[in-house]
Formats: sequence, C-alpha cells, structure tokens
Amino acid sequence: MLNSSLKELAAMLAGKQISSVELAGEFLRRIKALNPVYNAFVTLAEEETLKQAQAADEMIAAGRGQPLTGVPVAHKDIFCANGWRTTAGSRMLGNFVAPYDAHVIERFRQAGTVNLGKTNMDEFAMGSSNENSHFGPVKNPWDVRAVPGGSSGGSACAVAARMAPAATGTDTGGSIRQPAALTGISGIKPTYGLVSRYGMVAFASSLDQGGPMAKSAEDLSLLLNVMVGFDPRDSTSLQREAEDYGRDLERPLAGLRIGLPREYFAAGLSTDVERAVQAAIGEYRRLGAQTVEVTLPNTRLSIPVYYVLAPAEASSNLSRYDGVRYGYRAPEYRDLADMYQKSRAQGFGPEVKRRIMIGTYVLSHGYYDAYYLQAQKLRRLIARDFSEAFKHCDVIMGPTSPTTAFNLGEKSSDPVQMYLSDIYTIAVNLAGLPGMSIPAGVGDDGRPVGLQIIGNYFSEAKMLNVAHRYQQATDWHARMPEGAKAGG
Amino acid sequence: MSLTLEDVRRIAHLARIAVDENEAADYLRQLSGIFSLIEEMQSVDTTGIEPMSHAQDVWLRLREDEVTEPDRHESFQSVAPQVEAGLYLVPKVME
Repeated sequence: MLNSSLKELAAMLAGKQISSVELAGEFLRRIKALNPVYNAFVTLAEEETLKQAQAADEMIAAGRGQPLTGVPVAHKDIFCANGWRTTAGSRMLGNFVAPYDAHVIERFRQAGTVNLGKTNMDEFAMGSSNENSHFGPVKNPWDVRAVPGGSSGGSACAVAARMAPAATGTDTGGSIRQPAALTGISGIKPTYGLVSRYGMVAFASSLDQGGPMAKSAEDLSLLLNVMVGFDPRDSTSLQREAEDYGRDLERPLAGLRIGLPREYFAAGLSTDVERAVQAAIGEYRRLGAQTVEVTLPNTRLSIPVYYVLAPAEASSNLSRYDGVRYGYRAPEYRDLADMYQKSRAQGFGPEVKRRIMIGTYVLSHGYYDAYYLQAQKLRRLIARDFSEAFKHCDVIMGPTSPTTAFNLGEKSSDPVQMYLSDIYTIAVNLAGLPGMSIPAGVGDDGRPVGLQIIGNYFSEAKMLNVAHRYQQATDWHARMPEGAKAGG
Repeated sequence: MSLTLEDVRRIAHLARIAVDENEAADYLRQLSGIFSLIEEMQSVDTTGIEPMSHAQDVWLRLREDEVTEPDRHESFQSVAPQVEAGLYLVPKVME
C-alpha cells in the first residue's frame, strides 16, 4: 500500500478493500513514527483528518466518489485551510489559524481528498534547503545528514518517506522541482496562471505557482486535474478549457525531439549528476526520441535577475506583516513605528529579512532603473531564449540541480552559494513555463538525481507523457529510502 | 557598487525592520555579497528591450458590481493581536 499509485489507492477505496478512515489512520501512524526523525510535518489535526476521511467514505458509499475521493494528501503549510494553523514556516504566522480555504484546498476538498496535515517549508518559501524554517530543518529520508531541498522540503520528504501518498508544493524559483530531485520523487510546476494563488501565502507573485508532488508522473496527472482551474479571485488566473492531464500518458515517444541546452551541461554541473542525466537521455533515445543541442545563452543571468525581482516583489508582499491585523506582534514597544520594526525584526527569520532588504533597496529612489527595470528587461531576454529553443524541440531536458542533496549546514552560512544551486530551475519561473523533475538515478553518494523536463506553455500533458514513458521503462521512481522502511 | 553601513540602516528603516549595530555589520557583509552577484546584470546592454513584468499577457478583469463577500469581520479579527469593539488596536499615534 505504501508504494501504491494513487490510481491503485482509489481503486482499493472504490472497491471497499480499505476505507478512507483506515487509509488516513495508516498514514497518520507512519507520520507519528517517522516525523520525530524527519520533521516533515509542522501541523497535524488528526480528528479533522479522520472526519474528512469519514465524509469521503460516505461519498464513496453513496456512489458520489470522484477519481481521488478518500485519498489522503499532505499540504505545504503555505496553503490556507479553514481552521488549520497556516504558518508559511514563519514565527510571524506561528499562531495564524486560517479563516478560509485557498482555492487549491477548496478544489481538493471538492474532489473528496483528505487533508493529512501541513508540511514544513522554508520560511515564506525562501530557501533551497528547508533550513530556513522557524520549525527546524527537514531531513532527507535517503540520508538524514542531507537536506531535502526547498522550499517544499516537507512535502518532498513526506512523499519520499511514504508518510503521504502525495503532497502539494509551490515553486517560485524551483521549490517543487529541486526538493523533488533531491528526495527522488516527481513534481511539476505548471504554466504560470494555471493554479490559483488565492489563499497561497504570497512570496513573489509574478513567479509563484502551486503544483503537485508525488511518486510518479501518472499520480501527478491526477493531482493536476484537481489543482488546475480558473479562479476569479486571482487576477492572474487563466481562463481555459478544462483538460485531462493524463490523456496522453501512454503515447509512444518515437519522433520526440528533446532539446539539450548547452548551458545546462557546462562547468558547475557535478560529474555524477551529469552521468545520471546522460544515462536518462540515453534511455529516451532507446524509447525513440531524438536529441538536439539548443542554447539558452542568458542562463547565467537568471540568478541575478531572480534575486532582484523576487526580493522586490517579496518586500512589497511582506509589508502586510505589521503586527496589526494578524500575525506576530512584539510584546514590548514604545510607539507605532517601534511596534512595526520590532514585530518584523522578531517575527521574520534572517533569510526573509535579507530578501526584504534587497527588495527594498532595488525599489528605492534612485536605484529602480539600474536594478528593477534592468532585471525586467533581462527577464524578457531569458524568456526569448526559451521560445527560440522550442522552435527546434518539443521538450527541453537537463539536470534539475547541479549536485545531489548537500549536507545540512553546508551552505547555510553563505546565501550566495545557496542561490547558485538554483541555476537550472529559476529561468523557467522567469519565463512562466511549466517544468518538472523526475527521479533518474543516484549520485556517487547514493543520493537521488533529478531529471528536469521543461515544456512549452500549456504542454503539461505532453511533459507528463514524456515522464510516464520513462517511468514505464525504469524503476527509479519506485525506489523507497531504507529509513522509510522503519515506519512499518 | 559598494554598500555602506549608512545604506544598511536606511534600507532597514524603509523596510521597518529593527536592526542593531552588530546585525547591521552582518547585513552589510551579506548584502554586499549578494549585490556583487546582482551586479553581473549591468554587463548586458538592454537598450530597446521592453521590460517584462509578467509571464503571460494578463490584464485586470472587470466583474459585475455585486456583493461577493459576506461580513466575516468576527472570524477575520479572531486572528488579530489586539481587537476591541470590532476595531484593530494600535499604539496611539496622536496626542
């Protein structure tokens, strides 16, 4: 059951071989056994979880079950869920109980899935290692000395350690794909605008996008069917015909053109990751795909551009945390200004404060043109690189991360080193394209390697097809870390 | 470009984040490192390139002028640090 696909779980539920209450109970038991080691979950609400499972069982009994009714799903603690504490990994929201559902949570509720709990994350989704959480770091189930990646590190760990069959994440600069890669699971960041940002705690609004994390591309397709949908409450939500993201899963790959960006296989990529990614590409050739070299010449600029635009948007978004309407308020202060300054100084962690300060500076008088505007112009060049490349290929492939999971503490003292680890994922957010990561082997240290698949706008069904065929031919996605077996 | 301690204090003030002297020195070191990474942008001539603020060409939708939100001030204020008689309380700003 731990390794069952969502489709298999749904069939067991529909066939009454197991009830949703039993299934949720089993995963809650595993969470309680394993979470003290991994710290993947920050909030559990067992009673509420079981109540939702009970309701799902009734839906199934009444013949009103949908494809995922009764399946437990863990949610990144960035999605507001009515009545659930929603912290975004921050002391600032440590006591915030959401008074409403995010659109994503609403969709999962309507689909009859069961909220298994809220997962740990880098504070306000700012980080690549999950070490920036107010609730402590998450451990990588493949090696507890290693980080799980970030910012959706708790969700990635929960799926990898089989504490949840699936989870939600968000991706602003790689926060679904990089932790998926580092923990050996699959994750997809859809085209910007497909998943509503309503009720998703904002980091950088022009880049933030929610998406699913699971064991396989097939599972992702079912989750995406739930998550994607127009929402008038998000001004950037796209109004499109509903589609079945699993419709092309089985399509053969003969004739598929895979673009390999020269810049993704250059200096900085560790040799063991390169070897694994090349082996995966070799497998694609055996499946009938052709490869073509493409170029994304502005790749190296994506990091500086991102670290201007994302902090600029964050400094604006996070100005709402002032200790007045919700969130943390300092216990002592002289006057209003002092209350703002102390509440923010005590409520935010170091990385969040750094980014607010960068953003404040680049938007301040006299610096706007040199930084913010220049970054927006370069963003256009980065997006153009992709449209050029897609004239020659159907999907782009490369590594998700330049190395396998690094050790806890290895990069946490040097923000710049940490930022550089996002080199292959950031440009995708800047362009607004869909991107995914699937497990494709291990490095010299035995830790997982992720293959990144980047598609053109709205080509999620094609990408999932490309990922699924690989997963039919290989078993990397089915492997379970040793430590997770301890959960019984 | 090199930041000074004075810049750090000014930014912290604009961002409304209390920073003491020791922290200011740490921020100076860390932000300088980040800005040296950001400086790489200046090497590219972007004359004539239109800034891209967004991934999709989106514009604000209009909607019918009708009530969409019920009054839920009690539940929204239940998460506020200090409330009295339906009002958010803050320190006095005028004598």
